[in-house]
Amino acid sequence: MQKKVACSFPDEVLEHVFSFIQSDKDRNAVSMVCKSWYEIERWCRRKIFIGNCYAVSPRMVIRRFPKVRSIELKGKPHFADFNLVPDGWGGYVLPWIAEMAGAYPWLEEIRLKRMVVTDECLELIAKSFKNFKVLVLFSCEGFSTDGLAAIAASCMNLRELDLRDSDVDDLGGHWLSHFPETYTSLVSLNSSCLGSDEVSLSALERLVGRCTNLRTLRLNRAVPLDKIANILGRAPQLVDFGTGTYGADLQSDVFSSLAGAFSSCKELRSLSGFWDVVPAYLPAIYPVCSRLTSLNLSYVTIQSPDLVKLLRHCPSLQRLLVLDYIEDSGLEALSSSCKDLQELRVFPSDPFGEEPNVSLTEQGLVSVCLACPKLQSVLYFCRRMSNVALVTIAQNCPNLTRFRLCIIEPRTADFLTLEPLDVGFGAIVEHCKDLRRLSLSGLLTDRVFEYIGRYAKKLEMLSVAFAGESDLGLHHVLSGCESLRKLEIRDCPFGDKALLANAAKLETMRSLWMSSCAVSFGACKLLGQKMPRLNVEVIDESGPPDSRPDSCPVDKLYIYRSVAGPRFDMPPFVWTMDEDSALQVS
Amino acid sequence: MSKPIEHDYIGLSEQPLPSMEKSSDTNDKKNGLRLKDTELRLGLPGSDSPEREDHVQNVLSLKSFVSGSKRGFSDALDGGRKWVFPGGSGGGSEGLFSPRRSGNNNGGNDLSEPDSGLDGSVSKDGAAHKPLVVQEKKSHVGNTAPASNRAQVVGWPPIRSFRKNTMASHPPKNDDDDNAEAKLGSGCLYVKVSMDGAPYLRKVDLKIYGSYKELSSALEKMFSCFTIGQCGSHGVSSRDGLSESRLIDLLHGSEYVLTYEDKDGDWMLVGDVPWEMFTNSCKRLRIMKSAEAIGLAPRAMEKCKNRI
Repeated sequence: MQKKVACSFPDEVLEHVFSFIQSDKDRNAVSMVCKSWYEIERWCRRKIFIGNCYAVSPRMVIRRFPKVRSIELKGKPHFADFNLVPDGWGGYVLPWIAEMAGAYPWLEEIRLKRMVVTDECLELIAKSFKNFKVLVLFSCEGFSTDGLAAIAASCMNLRELDLRDSDVDDLGGHWLSHFPETYTSLVSLNSSCLGSDEVSLSALERLVGRCTNLRTLRLNRAVPLDKIANILGRAPQLVDFGTGTYGADLQSDVFSSLAGAFSSCKELRSLSGFWDVVPAYLPAIYPVCSRLTSLNLSYVTIQSPDLVKLLRHCPSLQRLLVLDYIEDSGLEALSSSCKDLQELRVFPSDPFGEEPNVSLTEQGLVSVCLACPKLQSVLYFCRRMSNVALVTIAQNCPNLTRFRLCIIEPRTADFLTLEPLDVGFGAIVEHCKDLRRLSLSGLLTDRVFEYIGRYAKKLEMLSVAFAGESDLGLHHVLSGCESLRKLEIRDCPFGDKALLANAAKLETMRSLWMSSCAVSFGACKLLGQKMPRLNVEVIDESGPPDSRPDSCPVDKLYIYRSVAGPRFDMPPFVWTMDEDSALQVS
Repeated sequence: MSKPIEHDYIGLSEQPLPSMEKSSDTNDKKNGLRLKDTELRLGLPGSDSPEREDHVQNVLSLKSFVSGSKRGFSDALDGGRKWVFPGGSGGGSEGLFSPRRSGNNNGGNDLSEPDSGLDGSVSKDGAAHKPLVVQEKKSHVGNTAPASNRAQVVGWPPIRSFRKNTMASHPPKNDDDDNAEAKLGSGCLYVKVSMDGAPYLRKVDLKIYGSYKELSSALEKMFSCFTIGQCGSHGVSSRDGLSESRLIDLLHGSEYVLTYEDKDGDWMLVGDVPWEMFTNSCKRLRIMKSAEAIGLAPRAMEKCKNRI
């Protein structure tokens, strides 16, 4: 037929067409059409997302995509957030920066999550990329404010510096003064994680004053309440603001200037921070509340009535993070005030207490689900749950895409019937057809996994703890969940059988984490042997697993697909199960 | 060498812990098997506890490790003992919560009952003394080892470190001041530990240790691979190597000393102040070579005097 037509399209035209295709998935699909499309696409891909930094090597990426401007990398497994991954495990970004320094001189954006970033890395970034614009370090660690100073001093085109939740060695606020006086490009600054008591307020104020494009500013705790008015006064165009400490002795002049400053911020849509809140100061934000779409009160330790008073002023709220001080009554009030709510996160104020310290139960969540039809994303910590409540939630919120429930005491049964919560979670996966992320808790048998395998066809990430009875549970998930990318399991009686029977599935996923389960060392070796494109890593701090019999279970297991082969930056307590089944050690 | 441990999750095997493997008290291993930590403390906080055997089958597991808190325990627990008997568990695995069968109500639900007999010590405002109620496992004495305190389970509930540390260091203001103090000690308190010459930092949760001795031995084990210089070598010898090589006694040792940075930013020698005071003021730890630590001692003593 007319094959010639397709081939005679000039590359530039195709490239122009491809430039409208932004999503990674679509780009990947485009590159698979034919060789010439592959070639054209790879030369014009500007943005790369690498969900596991060990799945591919920097060199491979650079070889295929020579003109990248933006890169996003993720390092440690998610459970590292909860201290399950020992220090020194890995996730070092330096090798990437070092390679990209030479290969991508025009790199503009680096976004990292759960990676180890050193001051040396930051200095290298500052030195190597002349047009550097965006640095996002999400839950990273290993660097200090000295490294930030290097970035501030050199990156004249920096737009975004976001350190959210990172563990930074904060040596004081002087790094801010390293931004030259001529520097005005800042659009977004999130330094809320910095922990030092010192902050260079004058440098901050001057910086805010001269960066007229500033849209996001999240301060750290060290910035006192009485400075907020001054800062906001210099940046009335802010859209997203995070306070520092929001407590002080009540003084009417401070209050009125604060209220005045807030009311002049007509674009403000998102508020956060609010450490050490003094309730009397909260009304200062009332002028902006009606326009707020996002509110993070998760460090606000005030009681429910005060929270409710505030929330009644926020009818446009779409996203709320709050502590369980809100209680069932407060959530009920929320559900009547905030009909547009899409995301709710309720954190525990006293997670390690033996007794509930607040009256927050499953009822709070149910009342929100009943009244807020747009609810999509839930993270909820509570101490009791029932199947009936879960079924109600499932039936009333079929649009849920993320549902994470943490019943604080492991293996807590349905408090009404004393049965497992299988049926309840089963209802969630059955009714919420677009569910992408699910975290389970409570008393659960293999049955819940049967439901998940049967219904959760769009599920991409599943977190399991203290659940299940046998390998069958794991088998249901691995054989049934077609879209599964990340599976993390702790303290479940899952062993070798399900894992080995579904070995091929693991190559279709990003990663599998299993800790305190019953997978034997022998099975790990076998898996490593048989599946060359999987990296099977055993983490065991008590000593080399081969000093024990093969039937002994391993402490922690992390399996991920990779085209880069086994890594070589492992600490002494991580062993990779290699093809030749010899014990590989870093 | 340990014999193969059978993993029976319906009822954990009654094997006592192979002392070699699981007595390593790294913070990553914390769960109910921290036998040393579950000793009944008879001395004042900060004083060393008497030596214990490795496998304690029937010990009242009072966990007063959370030394910053005021948790004690109440004998009047419903008239009966609800103490957990930390028995043995398998070798590598840490799935120590025995799965409860359906209908078997667990402690979590018990606790919410107002008439659980804890009235004297528990109130919503949280009196300073919160009893450590633990699941009763009459039928599985020695079998199971659920945590005697929720905080002992690593990474559960799943709360990010940033949030935990923020809440721990700045306790919520409540009407009840006692409660604020209790909450100060709740949860965990991760501090960084660096060692001169080590390739990376570690983090330890100070709340799991009840004394300097425990902290010291935990750190020794954590960092021993660096001092012994056996980071790269594996095999049986590295395990036994722990005992024959120089186990650094960080408190009294000659080659290294353990120091800490306190809330004021000063570096002090570890061990000079009472344990509780130490955990409340320690921001980070550093294992430094003795030669560099000269001059720390006098300051520490002075500060101590000023405080007391």
